[in-house]
Amino acid sequence: MSNNTIELAVKVEDLTVAYRDKPVLWDVDAEIPKGVLMAIVGPNGAGKTTLIKSILGLVKPVAGDVRIFGNPYEKFRKRVAYVPQRRTVDWDFPTSVLDLVLMGRYGALGWFKRVRQADRRLAEEALEKVGMLEYKNRQISELSGGQQQRAFLARALVQEAEIYLMDEPFQGVDATTERAIVDLLRSLRAAGKTVAVVHHDLQTVGDYFDWVFLLNVRRIACGPVSEVFNETNLRKAYGGRIAFMSAGNGNGDRLAITSEETNYNEPI
Amino acid sequence: MDLLNDIFFDYTLRNVILGAMTLGLVSGALGSFAVLRKQSLLGDAISHAALPGIALAFLFTGSKSTMVLLLGAALAGWIATLLMLNIVRTTRVKEDSALGLVLSVFFGFGLVLLTYLQKIPNAAQAGLEKFLFGQAATILFEDVLVVAVVGVAIGLVTILFWKEFKLISFDPDFGAALGFPVNRLNILLTSLLVVAIVLGLQMVGVVLMSAMIVAPAAAARQWTNNMSVMVWLSAAFGAMAGIAGSVLSSLVPRLPTGPTIVLCVSAIVVLSLFLAPARGLVWDWIRQRRNIRQFHSEAVLIDLYSLAMQHKDLSHAHKAGVLETMNLNRAAVRRNLQILLQNGFVRQLKNDLWSLSESGIQKAQELLRRHEAE
Repeated sequence: MSNNTIELAVKVEDLTVAYRDKPVLWDVDAEIPKGVLMAIVGPNGAGKTTLIKSILGLVKPVAGDVRIFGNPYEKFRKRVAYVPQRRTVDWDFPTSVLDLVLMGRYGALGWFKRVRQADRRLAEEALEKVGMLEYKNRQISELSGGQQQRAFLARALVQEAEIYLMDEPFQGVDATTERAIVDLLRSLRAAGKTVAVVHHDLQTVGDYFDWVFLLNVRRIACGPVSEVFNETNLRKAYGGRIAFMSAGNGNGDRLAITSEETNYNEPI
Repeated sequence: MDLLNDIFFDYTLRNVILGAMTLGLVSGALGSFAVLRKQSLLGDAISHAALPGIALAFLFTGSKSTMVLLLGAALAGWIATLLMLNIVRTTRVKEDSALGLVLSVFFGFGLVLLTYLQKIPNAAQAGLEKFLFGQAATILFEDVLVVAVVGVAIGLVTILFWKEFKLISFDPDFGAALGFPVNRLNILLTSLLVVAIVLGLQMVGVVLMSAMIVAPAAAARQWTNNMSVMVWLSAAFGAMAGIAGSVLSSLVPRLPTGPTIVLCVSAIVVLSLFLAPARGLVWDWIRQRRNIRQFHSEAVLIDLYSLAMQHKDLSHAHKAGVLETMNLNRAAVRRNLQILLQNGFVRQLKNDLWSLSESGIQKAQELLRRHEAE
């Protein structure tokens, strides 16, 4: 997918990341076109989280280059919002939902500046969008898993970014929250934003996303779901650990897939 | 009245109280960050690691001045901290092991130096061993001033970097993604902790100083779910323990000040663990009892309802004895009927005959619906 007519929100070139001597990402190229809703898919240990963290500059790559709208990340940092995995923080931290969401404004505020009334309004609007406004004064330890995830999404929304990178936002949430998150992702795309999501449930890739990046340490495929999300590429990414049930409704444009990978969680 | 008189006019006691109070304020406030970042043991490692710094400072300068010795302590504590942070960052050694390693190596080296220095004539009088358990009575007004000035400086830096410190305490990765230099902020915050610990070495000593970092914060966390309230409360607890400890040790002969302060702060922790409203064990226990009792009385209500269902009239009365045969906890049936009576769910017709009230019927139906939904 090196179509030059498409404006790229994120372009990753030759990215190699290693923890000690073990490569986690090997010579990975990735293109995220502006305005797509992309799933980043691959088995456990494929390097999905590492890919997102490298784009954000949280992981130091051995080699490779990351461009945000054609510019180095440092310059365009404020255009990228980040939703980390829910499990990476201590939810018993003494803070309220509103306070948590306001942390998304810290980058825009810069050094030493305090949160202003305008920031609070933005945070409340974001909470409204994820259906959490009534919980704004709730202590974060009292939230359910789905509510925690929504609070994290609201925190990313107040960053007012162009690109949203999300690490497993559907992890451990109930059906209602999953629905709400999907709606939110779609409204972001409708507003012209670019969204890339680490995703585990292969069955919903076709329903939720229009673009997909298949990864297993190396790049397997990257492109529109209708073009690259097929049996061949999935076998390449997941090896023999995947069972294909049927080729769908005659047109062959949908795959029903079961995978053991969707049943358990990837370690952090 | 003698005590009040002493507090205001006894030079030593006044210094000790002021010094301990200020120390408690500073260590309490910074301890909150250490506790929230799950670095409770960091304080322990830093304070133990300060010991060789004190000995080396004396060895190289020959000075007995507290300031010089504490500068040595600060330097050693700081080096130990950076070493620890780097071990965690660059090796596979986990944080707790790194802390243990640095603590024991530095403290062991400090003890060796201390023993060696004991044999040098001049050093024996330098009183270096007072830094092991602290010796509050040696504190001068100048020392109190130093503690106060440094404490205010630490407070100002903390207020200035409040937002940043909060961010790296809760979600450092997110902070880094926002563009904050998390590693440098980490070093700054930990350095403040080093300074706070060194301030306390003269009074409390290297062995017990970590209690002044961890205990006030652990106690404060019990009482509040708001981070700034926690930091202020923790500072207040530290100050209270400082005052109480120094006054107590002045009243009782041969009661050492440092350990007494630590005992006072421990008492605050124990009280908080038991009594704090939301998290305290006592309230937990009371809540649990209340839940169990409510559950039991609801079971009796449902029993009564199912008995009534066998009649046309739902308010048909039954004997308590019948309910007792239906309930595992026979002895509690009458008590639970009394609770239901107080809530207006049942009526007592004769002394042992019970029937459901209108609201009792509604309540029973609602409970059954809820059970089915689950």
